[in-house]
Amino acid sequence: MKHKEKIITVSTSPFLHSTDSTPRIMWEVVLSLIPMVLAAYYFFGLGALSVLIASLAGCLVTEYAFSISQPRWTSLKDGSAVITGLLLALCLPPGFPLWMAFLGGVVAIGVGKLIWGGLGQNVFNPALLGRAFLQASFPTAITTWSAPNGQHFSFRGTNLAMPFFQGENIDAVSTATPLAQMKFEHTSTPIIDLLLGSTGGSLGETSALLFLLAGIYLIWRKIINWRIPLSILLTVAVFSGMFFLINPEQYPSPLFMIFSGGLLLGTIYMATDLVTSPVTPKGLWIYGLGIGFFVVLIRIWGGLPEGVMYAILLMNAATPLINRFTKIKPYGYK
Amino acid sequence: MGMSKLHTFSHGIHPDEYKEFTEHLPVERMPFSDEYVLPLGQHIGAPSKAIVKKGDKVLRGQKIAESTGFVSVALHAPVDGTVTAVDLVENTSGQMVPGIRIKTDAYSTQQFSQPLPPDPTTLSMKEFLASVQESGLVGLGGAAFPAHVKFAIPEGKTCRYIILNGCECEPFLTSDHRTMVEQPDAIVDGIGILQHFIKAEKIFIGIEANKPDAIEILGRKIADSTLPVEVIPLKVKYPQGAEKMLITAVLNKEVPSGKLPLDVESLVSNIGTIAAISHWFRKGMPLIERIVTVTGTALNRPANLLVPIGTPIREVLDYCGGLKPGASRILLGGPMMGQVQKTIHTPVVKGTSGLLALTDKEVKPMEEYSCIRCGKCIDACPMHLNPSLLGLLAKNDLWDEMEENYVFDCFECGSCSFVCPSGIPLVQSFRVAKGLLREKKAKEKAG
Repeated sequence: MKHKEKIITVSTSPFLHSTDSTPRIMWEVVLSLIPMVLAAYYFFGLGALSVLIASLAGCLVTEYAFSISQPRWTSLKDGSAVITGLLLALCLPPGFPLWMAFLGGVVAIGVGKLIWGGLGQNVFNPALLGRAFLQASFPTAITTWSAPNGQHFSFRGTNLAMPFFQGENIDAVSTATPLAQMKFEHTSTPIIDLLLGSTGGSLGETSALLFLLAGIYLIWRKIINWRIPLSILLTVAVFSGMFFLINPEQYPSPLFMIFSGGLLLGTIYMATDLVTSPVTPKGLWIYGLGIGFFVVLIRIWGGLPEGVMYAILLMNAATPLINRFTKIKPYGYK
Repeated sequence: MGMSKLHTFSHGIHPDEYKEFTEHLPVERMPFSDEYVLPLGQHIGAPSKAIVKKGDKVLRGQKIAESTGFVSVALHAPVDGTVTAVDLVENTSGQMVPGIRIKTDAYSTQQFSQPLPPDPTTLSMKEFLASVQESGLVGLGGAAFPAHVKFAIPEGKTCRYIILNGCECEPFLTSDHRTMVEQPDAIVDGIGILQHFIKAEKIFIGIEANKPDAIEILGRKIADSTLPVEVIPLKVKYPQGAEKMLITAVLNKEVPSGKLPLDVESLVSNIGTIAAISHWFRKGMPLIERIVTVTGTALNRPANLLVPIGTPIREVLDYCGGLKPGASRILLGGPMMGQVQKTIHTPVVKGTSGLLALTDKEVKPMEEYSCIRCGKCIDACPMHLNPSLLGLLAKNDLWDEMEENYVFDCFECGSCSFVCPSGIPLVQSFRVAKGLLREKKAKEKAG
């Protein structure tokens, strides 16, 4: 029978809905990342922008090709793959070969998200998983940092390396990140440089100030839970502060710890990933405390200068357990 | 009002209120319609039994069906008229159930002239309860639980607090609000009658702060009485009008799971029910009409109406100017817990607090996305459950696991579905799960 015009809809209560929607949340996060994208371009030029586009392309192509949901483009519409692509790029070096960035995007979405069953099902933050894959596969390329050179329209030779090659680092001046300088040479970078971003590092390891502002915005919009950044930063400050008080010559100051490397990027955008963080307030504190603890532990005693990625991935893995142990007692069971 | 900190419960939501359509409109009496439809089971418990037959002449307020047990009440004719059928009628859930149809006597003045019940002060507790049962009174907040059952304090229990529910936390509804503003004397009188039998230590009237006029008027009225009553202004939050939430808001106590308010020595009653006690004992008026908020963005003329029980909703919509284009849902009750109607031939029943015509603009039909574990539902659930987890279990048909995760403590307020940014029908799936689990249990018991 052909249906006549629909007049009333029969469904069950509730019949009202808040204005919140998942795509809206996701796209707002994307919006909040635009200043960082502009900063990456400002400091590292077109090369950085091309890394970003390559990573995004890897994520979006994979999401579209392997999403089981129908119609396929609804999974692109929710914006989560765009966030993953942007975040992955923000933790890559500006001179990173584009084909590697693309591959990183493919792995981030494919192995980091879709293989688990898609959005909401994954245990690990997809961008960080992609980053971990790249770190394991291309340890040299991912730790070849170039200094901001102020040339907005030049590529770096390594960007355009052919697939399966790394390319020669011929035209860019290689530099060490502030954290590597700290770890291997025991020299500290002035906090003001860390805040404004004129230091070597990955696309997003530049201006701490931008991340602080974005964090405040996202907390104010209730998109991220304030407990996560607060607990991570407090733990890092207290834990690293203890070492600093014991021996200020050897150990970095808490401020340096907070503003250097990818800590703010990880704290505000990756640790707060709704999907991979605990759900209860108590669980969030435990989670943030764990991340802060591992960051300091790896940075001070680990073989790597930076520990944010592994710290978050470790606590992602602990999240189901934290959720289990921090169950809230329902009303009427006290 | 210079209030320091308003009482409330933890969690809950604050949807748009939409009360501005009707909150200032005085209650008007709806004219009598041609036909009345009266299902026999308008209350929780055993349906009443018809004591009239086809062709019988009935008078307004005359008993037409009697209670069939303790948890059951009587039913009365809303008009002078003729019984046209004692047969199956449509109820508000869309089922065909036993009921009575009455055709209105077109020449009657509809003057109410029923005898008064005995003076309540001369009655024993048992006689008082029987009289209330005879008046057909049920809780007017929406659940329609027989009032006399609630007022009967079982052996061994004490009732130290009576809490009157003037929250009206559902968006759009203003019928309790108008009752408080327009009938404060009936409310105070009803409190006096009830208190004569219950003898509570303290009586609280919980009113949300968005009804300052009601708070003011009732505050003034009780100041003149000798009853131990106090008006408690509450923070505006849904679902504060739920019995357990209101007890927590007022007394700061939790009702243990599976227990009743009396287990924390309290009795909760809707404010309109209290006014109806006074109408019964002082005017002899059984529950044959009630205040209904007729509203919604798809309605031409929103109003607070005094509607005879049994009026088909098509007549009410008509009286309010009919529907505007774009109406997509017709509901009885509030938008959070009300029932959608599939036809406009169903009647206003004793539990009908509102009749709403909504458009998709407020309903905001959602495209469903995956759960992103944002935890908004956990922060909203007044019972402190984990709706996100329950939703996942429901999706995978893990009913027993849902029970282990307290799905039976859910009273279906819908806050979780309201906040879910992924548009997941959470409470809807819990309702299904509870139904299936109950069915399974009944089968196990039988077999």
